[in-house]
Amino acid sequence: MHPVYNISLTRLKEFIRRPEAVFWVYFFPILMVLVLGIAFRNQTQEVFSVDVIEGPHSQMLKQHLDESLQIDATIISLEESRKRLRVGKTTLAISAADATDGRSIEYLLDPKRPGAIEARGIVDDQLQSSMGRNDVFTARQTEFDEPGGTFVDFLVPGLLGIGLMGGGMWGVGFAIVDMRIRKLLKRYMATPMRRSDFLISMILSRLVFMVPQVLLLIVVSYFVFDYRVYGNLLAVGVLVSLGALEFAAIGLVVGARARTLETASGLMNLVMLPMWTLCGAFFSYERFPEMFHPLIKLLPLTPIIDSLRGVMMEGESLFSQWPEIAVMAAWTVIPFVVAMTIFRWRD
Amino acid sequence: MSSVSAVPAIRCANLFKTYSGKPPVEAVRGISFEVRQGECFGVLGPNGAGKTTTIEILEGLRDATSGTAEVLGMQWGSDDAAIRQRIGVSLQETRLSDRLTVGEIVTLFRSFYTTGIDPDEVLQRTSLTEKKSAWFKTLSGGQKQRLAVATALVGDPDLIFLDEPTTGLDPGSRRELWDIVRSFGAAGKTVLLTTHYMEEAEQLCDRVAIFDAGKIISEGSPRELIRSLGSEHVIEFSTDRRLEPQHVVALQAISSVDRIETEDSGYRMSIGVPHVVLPELIKQLTDNNFTLTELATRSASLEDVFVAKTGRHLNDHPPVVADAANVLPG
Repeated sequence: MHPVYNISLTRLKEFIRRPEAVFWVYFFPILMVLVLGIAFRNQTQEVFSVDVIEGPHSQMLKQHLDESLQIDATIISLEESRKRLRVGKTTLAISAADATDGRSIEYLLDPKRPGAIEARGIVDDQLQSSMGRNDVFTARQTEFDEPGGTFVDFLVPGLLGIGLMGGGMWGVGFAIVDMRIRKLLKRYMATPMRRSDFLISMILSRLVFMVPQVLLLIVVSYFVFDYRVYGNLLAVGVLVSLGALEFAAIGLVVGARARTLETASGLMNLVMLPMWTLCGAFFSYERFPEMFHPLIKLLPLTPIIDSLRGVMMEGESLFSQWPEIAVMAAWTVIPFVVAMTIFRWRD
Repeated sequence: MSSVSAVPAIRCANLFKTYSGKPPVEAVRGISFEVRQGECFGVLGPNGAGKTTTIEILEGLRDATSGTAEVLGMQWGSDDAAIRQRIGVSLQETRLSDRLTVGEIVTLFRSFYTTGIDPDEVLQRTSLTEKKSAWFKTLSGGQKQRLAVATALVGDPDLIFLDEPTTGLDPGSRRELWDIVRSFGAAGKTVLLTTHYMEEAEQLCDRVAIFDAGKIISEGSPRELIRSLGSEHVIEFSTDRRLEPQHVVALQAISSVDRIETEDSGYRMSIGVPHVVLPELIKQLTDNNFTLTELATRSASLEDVFVAKTGRHLNDHPPVVADAANVLPG
């Protein structure tokens, strides 16, 4: 049998015979999607906790507010309420000036806190209409409940990207350094094994590992969260393969020279940790200042996540992802060439 | 090819290897030797003598700083792929993949060679058939070493390199490995091995080169080298108290005594004929009221050759680099 077949096959065997590796590569992402998917599931209707500051009108305000199912009003002292606002136990406090007949309301809130503005709008609406405002029109609400817009839909492409990155770092970079430390790489160099066969096998075995990695995550999300892939599955396959190639090439660079496991893990963390937070895997990178977006888009993890979201969530075509594909191609070819030039084969 | 046997299996000339660093380390300082086809050639010497560097240059795993290295009539640097098809290598310390079986490892190595031996046959030759489906990490030291040799044999090489194949093995495992090397040699193949066990070299090698501090200090068959000492026997003895210098001089005067060396635990006499020396030795010691606490006679070994040349024992700690030049003979 051809060496590429044999090397790839032994890589696969070594991998599946290592239960902890199987756990980290295959089951950890599933655990992540389960935990995060449950924590951030779309709640049907949020109930806002609102403090009514003690005063002559507080009883009246509470009665008005209690008419709404979305508001949980509590009468409380100003001092106590300030404390609760500070630690986030409540998002909004209201008080009515003593002198008026309860028709001069003051809102106390931190507008930067998530939900505070929304709570203010709901409370204001409730009080205005309950205390006699005439609406100028009637409105009807139709609930839009198609799957596709949940946090899980956002999360799955992110976790796929994270998984491809980790797979390339561990499955290629770390594996090569381990072989170098064992002098196995040197031993191979004493045989007629071709260097290209070795590298092709490392990359090929990564592509094979990736298939169950991707399928498991999608299938589990389908059964637990009713997750759907909107775009073309073939396009998803192409993108995922490109992502695997990209991180296999970066893994080659990480493993090209390191002679100790400490150096290898240092390099891997240098690659992985910034991208975990920067590239929009768990939350959109739109939250970073706009001036950084072009840079973030040039990082290797961003284009795979962005293009997967484009295809999987929005059903865009593969072709429309060409800028992302171009960045991934660059992150495949350049690291590969660099790795070839600096690779330490013999010691 | 009609002149195959005329081509030496290995020919190296004026090999030098200096590792850059502060200060630079001159590991190999002018090594030249030839290994004939079908020969088992031993490279002997203490740790740090340059054995591994030399063998790795010949295996094509290191570049010499200068000098030429020819293997099976081909040059490293121009015929690398062709050489690698015809040599087998066992490195000093390779940890093969822990979670692959013996059979899988040998099959993997077989796939690297265009021609070779059936993996099952190699396992049989190295007595590993029973371990075929055992993971590498479950093997004993001797089994791991035999597997390393199996990976060297599976490409059916004309020449194998074994770098310290028995270091750290128990006597039984060592003998098993010797048998494998002998049967490979019996098929007319060439072996180059390094060792710091003199007994191993005497048992296995047709010729040896003794290395010290990056140079060859002696070369020849083990028998020739021992004979070159001029005295083929050794008496080692110790006494209840140290001998005075005049006693040593008197012992030196006994006929067929070549020389006496003082060691930590006693004395070592290099001699020609034990039955002439022994009675006279005992007489002199008794006359001077010494009590013999230990007495042993044995044939001279390669170890004695090394001691005679360097004044050190083989498994002594290697000399500090700065001192290396001082202990070299001549």
